[in-house]
Parts: sequence; C-alpha cells; structure tokens
Amino acid sequence: MPGSLIAIGDALPYLLRGSLVTLIVVIGAMGLGLVLGVPLAVGQVYGHPALRRVIAVYVWFFRGIPLLVLLFLFYFGLCTALDINLSAFAVAIVVLGLISSAYQSQIFRGAILSLPEGQFKAARALGMSDLKAISVIILPQAIRLSVPGWSNEYSILLKDSAVTYALGVAEIMARAHFVATRTYQQLPLYFAAGVIFLILTWVGTKGLRLLEEKVRIPGYSTHGL
Amino acid sequence: MEEWLYIQTEVYPALLKGFWVSLELILPSAICGLVIGILVGVLRVYGSRPVMAAANAYVALFRGIPLVVQLFIWYFGLPYIGIYLSPFTAAVLGFALCSGAYHSEYIRGALLSIKRGQMLAAQSLGFHKVQMIFSIILPQAIRLALPGCGNEIIYLIKYSSLAYMITCIELTGQGKILASNSFKYTEVFLMIGACYLVMTSVAALILGRLEDRLRLPGFEHHRI
Amino acid sequence: MMPAPILRIENISKRYGKKDVLQGASLEVNKGDLKILIGPSGAGKSTLLQCINFLVKPDEGRIWLDEQEVHYAHKRDLYAYRQKVGMIFQDFNLFDHLNALENVRIGMVKVKGMGKAEAGERAVMELERVGLGDHMQQYPAQLSGGQKQRVSIARALAMDPKVLLLDEPTSALDPELIGEVHAVIRDLGNNGMTMIMATHQIGFARSLASEIIFMEDGRILERGTPDKIFNHAENARTRGFCSKITELYGER
Repeated sequence: MPGSLIAIGDALPYLLRGSLVTLIVVIGAMGLGLVLGVPLAVGQVYGHPALRRVIAVYVWFFRGIPLLVLLFLFYFGLCTALDINLSAFAVAIVVLGLISSAYQSQIFRGAILSLPEGQFKAARALGMSDLKAISVIILPQAIRLSVPGWSNEYSILLKDSAVTYALGVAEIMARAHFVATRTYQQLPLYFAAGVIFLILTWVGTKGLRLLEEKVRIPGYSTHGL
Repeated sequence: MEEWLYIQTEVYPALLKGFWVSLELILPSAICGLVIGILVGVLRVYGSRPVMAAANAYVALFRGIPLVVQLFIWYFGLPYIGIYLSPFTAAVLGFALCSGAYHSEYIRGALLSIKRGQMLAAQSLGFHKVQMIFSIILPQAIRLALPGCGNEIIYLIKYSSLAYMITCIELTGQGKILASNSFKYTEVFLMIGACYLVMTSVAALILGRLEDRLRLPGFEHHRI
Repeated sequence: MMPAPILRIENISKRYGKKDVLQGASLEVNKGDLKILIGPSGAGKSTLLQCINFLVKPDEGRIWLDEQEVHYAHKRDLYAYRQKVGMIFQDFNLFDHLNALENVRIGMVKVKGMGKAEAGERAVMELERVGLGDHMQQYPAQLSGGQKQRVSIARALAMDPKVLLLDEPTSALDPELIGEVHAVIRDLGNNGMTMIMATHQIGFARSLASEIIFMEDGRILERGTPDKIFNHAENARTRGFCSKITELYGER
C-alpha cells in the first residue's frame, strides 16, 4: 500500500500537467463545437430544405461513428492524404470539436424549437429582418436554455478526451499508463487518473451551474430540456 | 483491379471477423447493462437508505470516470491484485457496468416521474409492493425510459470500439491492423466508419420501432 | 335489535409534524348507508378516508370490518382488507399504461388471482354497468374526466368491495360531467352499496345521504340526517358552512 501511495505521489505533478492538456483539449473542442453548432442549429431550424438535409447528414455522420474511428480516420488517413501537417493534439481538438458540434447543434435546435412562436412574430412585428430576429431575439434566449445541455456536453467531452490517448496526446490517461507500465503500479495509477477525472467533472459542472444561475432570466426555467 | 482483389481477399474477411467480435461484445453488454440499470434504478428509488447510498455511489463513480480508464482498470489494473481477465471479458464487464450506471439514471428518472396516485390506486386495490412495482410502476417507467435507454445502447455500439485499446481485436482493431499493413488509412477507416453507421442506424431504427409498438396514448415522446 | 355495523371506526387520529389533521374521528357504517362528509378544505375529510383504507397510516385508532378488527401492521391482513374496501380518488388515478378494460381487470387478475378470461368478462360487465361499454379499449389519456371517474368506479366495483370510499369524486370534473358520475353513484346507492363520500355537492348530498357528517379542523363536529344538518343544525359552525356552501353551489 505505501508503495502505491509513493508511486501516486511521485506521478502526481506529471499527471496534473496532463490534466492541463486534457482541459485545453476539452475547452478547445467545446469552443469549436459551439462556433459550428449554433449556425448548424439555425440552419437546421430555419434553413432551406436542401441545407437541412445536408446538416442532418453531417449530424448523422458525426453522431454515428465512434470517436476512436474518427480519430484514426483524421489523423492517420485524411491528414496524410490531404497533406495537412497537424499534431495529434490539434487533431484531437478538431475531431472532438466536430463531434461536439453535431451534438451541440441538437441541443440548440431543441432550445430554439422550445421557444414560443410568438417571440419570432413579435420580433417581426417590430420590423426586424429574419436574420436580426434570430440573432437578437431567438439566439440569446436559446443559448440560455442550452446551458444545462452544455454542462452535460462538458462532462461527455472530458471523458471522451481520454480516448485521444490512442493518438499519443499526452493527457491524463496517457501519462497514467506511461507511469503505470514503468512502475508496475497499474491499479493505483489508473485510480488516480479516475479520481482526477471525477474532480474535473465535478468542478466543471459546478462552474457551469454557476453560469446557469448567472444568465438566468426570472421566470425562465432552464431545467427539463 | 488490384484494389478489388485486395478488398475481396484482405479487407472483407477481416472486417467480417471484426464485425462479429463487435457484435459479440455489444449484445451481452447491452443486455447485462440494461438488467443492471433496471435493478440499480429500482434500488435507487425504492431501496433502503444504505442500499440507495451504495447504488448512488456506484452510479456517480461509473458515470464520472471515463470508460477508457475503467477498461484499463479491469484489464491492466486487476492483475495488480492477482485477477487476470481476458480482453474480451474485461471489455464486456467494463461496458456492462458503465452502461448499467447510465441506464439506471433513465430508469430512476422515469420511476420518480410516475405520479403518486398510481401507487395509491394500486394500494387501494390491495396490491402488495412487489406486485405494484412489477405490474403498475415498471411498465410505465420502462416506456418513459425507453428513449434514453435506447440512446444509451447506441452509445454502447460506438464505445465498443474502445475494446481495441485493451487489445480486444474487434471491428476497429481489425481496421487498424489492415490499415497499418496497407497504409490505406483513409479508405479502411471510412469503411469501418460506414460499418458503425450501419450498426447505429439499424439500432436506432429498431429502437424507434420498439418505441412505436409500445407507444400508448398519454405516453408520447417528443423527440428532439 | 340493530344489526352490527359493517364498518366501525374508532378514535382515528393523524398528525403531520405539529399539525393535528385528524383528532379522534369515530364512525359506524351500516350496510347500505351512504355517509357524506362535508366541511371546508383542510377539514380532514380526505385524510379520514385515506386512513380508513390505510393509504395514510393513522397514528391512533382502530377499525373493524364485519366485526373483525383490522390489523394493518400485518401486510396480509392489510392487503385482504383493502380488497374489500374500494377507493375512488378525486383525480381518478387510472393506470395510465392500461386501457379501460385492463384497468378494471388488473386488480382481479393480480390481486385476486382470477383467470384473465373470467376477469375480462367481469370487467366488461362492470364497464357496461357504468355506461362505458363502447370505451373499453380506450386509454386514460383518451377519456374525458367523467369517463375516467366511471372507469375508476368500475375498477373498484370489480373487486366486490363491501364498502366504497369516495374522495370528492366529482371535484376535478367540469360541471357538465358531474351528472354522469352522480348518476352512477346514485344507482349504486339504490342497489344497496355501502359508501362513505366526501363532497361539496350539497344538492346531491341532500337528496341521497343517509347521514351527513360535518367536519372541521380534523374533528367531526356534528352529524345527522340531511334535514337536521341543513335546516336545524345545532352547531353554529355547521350552520355557517351550510349556508355558505348552499349559496355557492345552490340547491340541486
């Protein structure tokens, strides 16, 4: 037992630096997912039928294929084939971001659809163009309603980021495995990694709950989406 | 021509083999996961206080720790205390325990959303607790939980690819071997991706059908 | 000599925290009686009915059915007793996943252990009796409030109860649907069913009750024939309540 504690203690700084890598991957992917997810959602709700089709296929593709396969496809396949020089770290962010954009688009879409129709009508009645109505009236409300979905998305991305170890990204899992195979303290180190993930999940969801409180509009329930 | 031959003699048999292994991983994991989920979900609502606390702790742990870490614990970690599992066993164990935790969330939510009046009415007819849970509560709760649990099964199909990381050579693993040998990464992984798309789409279709068959007035879901 | 009461309730009390919701309520019900509980909301009518069926466990008090004391701590006694005392709820509580026929049948099959076919025949009979022969395949979500309440009465009757408890059976209904439920209850009364009913429907209470029981603050304040309670009440509170409610709901 002391041996395992010593091993964890020795490895801790190294693992914690890994959690920084993990967090950058997660935040990068969430940001990319947000930037792509919002227009995808707007397109899917208000867009031309052909556009909706295309978006639906995009969502279907990224939600239907395992992360690991997409990582391999992008890193070993597409990057080489298209002669793009991207690090494993960058590919990890891009792939997780693309997948997240598919999921986030569905969160936003649900939020937009849950808004009463009168909101759009009232905006039009004030003489707003459709684009203006969407960006000024609809999106600010929809994004507020999406915060609980985000917090869910964060914890999913956090856990999924451990898969990027398969590309050699030096995140928590990769580091835990690296130390484990050299010290033969597998169980303690994987547990340590698990605990770090638990803490990161907890801190992140707490933070997002605070955000949720902060952006809440009185009389607006953000639960039950 | 050469391409075609390569696909016929190398790709096709390897992928088929991998596909079967994937199915062998997914089916028992899905079934055990559901059973665990229903059981744990019921315990989390109707269990005694310590049982409830234990079930909640299980769920918090298995939902909070990444599946990869869990798989590593089962496969690479357990030998540390003298337990050796085959990659296949470790994968099924990991999948079932993890998805059971997620299923239990949906079951629990559904159980809690059933109105108290349903229970009062059953009691007033003279039902005892177990009868009431099985003939009144669960039939309603399962209908309510079905969309969530269905999604969970689709996740499981995708996450079954992680078995490759603990050296269980299923569809993704076969793909990786093929691609490393031929350097045709893009083609091979697109094909693998297509296989998973077929699996997830077929599963979604079947689950949708099941939902339609079990659909009752008053239990409609608005799918997002 | 008076026949022994079919149901005897003695000194039932219930408190939630510091609030006494029921203080020593006693009641004797003879076969064929229709006792009607009236009183303001929060008087304890609903709690009393739920205590009689032990859906709420009374803190004190004893209950006899057919001169047999009910030992509700014994699960088997409790379940057997509940089969003999039917309950009608304000908000129906039909089983949402079962159609009308299955709702009526399930108690017979699961609790009484009857065969499905036999229970089904009986269920059809009960549903026809409450005028729902054409709605047997419909689910609760497809029925009107009045229809739901009639299904729930059929469900209770199918268990062959000796006593039926009705907890404001029409208060969740639109006014135009109250009549159909009242007609069923009236019919039951005429056929000799023993009932205890809480209601605000004064006209109905007046025309059918064998005894009216006025409750307030968890106590039974006064009881008597409809004529006595409505025209010659002794207690000032009873008189006050009766005049107010007659004004509100009118004579009918």
